[in-house]
Amino acid sequence: MAKGVWIVAEQRDGAFRKVSFEIASAARKLADELGDEVSAMVLGSGIEGIAAELGKYGVDKVYVADDPAFEKYTTDAYVQAVTKAVKENDPAILLLAASVEGKDLSSRLVGSLATGMASDCTDLRIEGGKLIALRPMYAGKAFAEVEVDGSPQMASLRPNVFPVVESAKAGEVVKFDPALDAAALKTKIVDVQKDASGRVELTEAMVIVSGGRGMKGPEGYQILEALADLLGAAVGASRAAVDAGWRPQTDQVGQTGKVVSPNLYVACGISGAIQHLAGMSSSKYIVAINKDEEAPIFAKADYGIVDDLFKIVPELTAEVKKIL
Amino acid sequence: MNIVVCVKQVPDTEALIKVKADGSGIDEGGIKWVMNPYDEFGVEEALKLKEKNGGDVTIVSVGPARALETIRTALAMGAEKGIHINDPALEGADAYTTASALAAAIKEIPHDIVFCGMRAIDDDAGQVGSILAELLGIPQVTVVTKLEVADGKATAVKAIEGAQLVIETSLPCVITAAKGLNEPRYASLPGIMKAKKKPVDVKDAAALGISVAAKAKIVKMMPPPERAPGKIVGGEEAAEKAAQLVKLLREEAKVI
Ligand SMILES: Cc1cc2nc3c(=O)[nH]c(=O)nc-3n(C[C@H](O)[C@H](O)[C@H](O)COP(=O)(O)OP(=O)(O)OC[C@H]3O[C@@H](n4cnc5c(N)ncnc54)[C@H](O)[C@@H]3O)c2cc1C
Ligand SMILES: Nc1ncnc2c1ncn2[C@@H]1O[C@H](COP(=O)(O)O)[C@@H](O)[C@H]1O
Repeated sequence: MAKGVWIVAEQRDGAFRKVSFEIASAARKLADELGDEVSAMVLGSGIEGIAAELGKYGVDKVYVADDPAFEKYTTDAYVQAVTKAVKENDPAILLLAASVEGKDLSSRLVGSLATGMASDCTDLRIEGGKLIALRPMYAGKAFAEVEVDGSPQMASLRPNVFPVVESAKAGEVVKFDPALDAAALKTKIVDVQKDASGRVELTEAMVIVSGGRGMKGPEGYQILEALADLLGAAVGASRAAVDAGWRPQTDQVGQTGKVVSPNLYVACGISGAIQHLAGMSSSKYIVAINKDEEAPIFAKADYGIVDDLFKIVPELTAEVKKIL
Repeated sequence: MNIVVCVKQVPDTEALIKVKADGSGIDEGGIKWVMNPYDEFGVEEALKLKEKNGGDVTIVSVGPARALETIRTALAMGAEKGIHINDPALEGADAYTTASALAAAIKEIPHDIVFCGMRAIDDDAGQVGSILAELLGIPQVTVVTKLEVADGKATAVKAIEGAQLVIETSLPCVITAAKGLNEPRYASLPGIMKAKKKPVDVKDAAALGISVAAKAKIVKMMPPPERAPGKIVGGEEAAEKAAQLVKLLREEAKVI
């Protein structure tokens, strides 16, 4: 009988990403309801030292696959190792992050484990011993409760949605030998180009300052960047701004861009087209700054200012400076 | 070069989505159906590769009768032929089942590259491309914004949090397309006329020999949670409004 809640924790350059603590905390909650243990798997190169840290977030046992082949995430190597570990240990539930890496890994695992998965979930609960996942569909225009019949029951969790809860457990570290079949590794990373901005990435940011066509041009974003720097925020953009070449594709928020869920999303000169709302409507608080009081963004905003953003944003920056 | 593109027919991005009162699904009345936008990038990239290297582009879609229009759209853009997997038992199929159907059809035809979209904008799952790659036993690169194919290899650019990766893979492979990969062309009028005569094979689950038992089931659908009505921050001067807003964000919302 399948038993226990498993997670795959994500690390980059030898440090856990915050989303790993979110899924560990969510796993702990489910395991407590089931009266079960939480196990985590972490893959990397030279990462044994960090593994025990997961105990702080409710993980009983940490399986560490330490191998030079895991230094950077590649689908081939990671899928091979996680598939082996899951088949050997037969967990009832398997949770991953719906991050870029987690999405790639989890969806391929659905294939290798021949099971089902609820992806990009925003809530999880146990009902009759089974996992029920809540997830947005149709760009957040509808929600669905999904039950997974396969084994393990898989879910990927939207970053920034599940709270990080500390509940110290043993965090016992166990070495896992992936016995990698090198001949099956068909992909390799030939180059990594780090973004130069040094800012937090959109899907991980707690605060996002975003600009649309109302920014009038690439120079307009300087005032958003000044505010973002103070708030430790990421800078986003509407598709109109990206298509105009003012901002890179990676900054686009929306249905054909990134789906974000920060604590605070500040939309400046963005009208609030349905495809834009699709990417940011799960933000906890939304602020809209727009000179057109009829702009649809105001219907979604918790706080709105009807005015010229070029007047408001610098004043906001000045006000924030006073309190921080 | 033989290229396969998986395309899904989905509601237009502007569509109003109404959940049925009994939560069993969405009300399909009045919906305009279109090709999943990410699949358009896949079709365009396939056509560009064909124009450069020669070969054939085959479109595969799992869907009801109306999905044929989407296959025809791709044929009108320039693809050679279509496979329409149409079976009532596959209606609302989960990702694994859909990928099984696609894999069974694709296994029978030559494929150097298989394109999928990074996600379908109806179920927003982002699973089918990777499951398909696994079932075909070939490598994948997902969420690709740039692709080069030469010397039996594909080199793809993919954005991760805070960086761009350049990933090399052997062929055959599955590539899932993201925005930025290209600008999809429109079907020309002659293209649309020609598409009507291009061959489309129709298959069902039995012909493909796949199981249709879902592993992930939607038990209930519901409309999104309501957001509490917002406040308009008033004031005479910009400075006054800004000060008010910062106060609210700090003291009421507690987010800064
Ligand atoms: C298939 C498809 C997918 C799409 N995907 C996306 C997506 O992922 N993301 C996305 O964002 N869009 C997407 N779109 C596009 C979307 O429909 C809108 O066209 C786009 O979001 C508009 O961007 P915007 O709000 O910046 O521009 P506009 O709609 O032009 O709005 C600009 C706003 O700025 C305000 N403004 C102007 N000057 C000022 C000023 N000085 N001070 C204050 N306010 C000012 C105006 O009042 C206006 O409300 C998609 C469309 C399609 C068809
Ligand atoms: N019914 C389908 N028919 C053909 N291709 C599909 C179907 N469902 C999903 N796909 C492909 O898989 C991609 C991802 O879909 P999904 O996993 O549902 O988000 C889509 O962009 C398509 O390329």
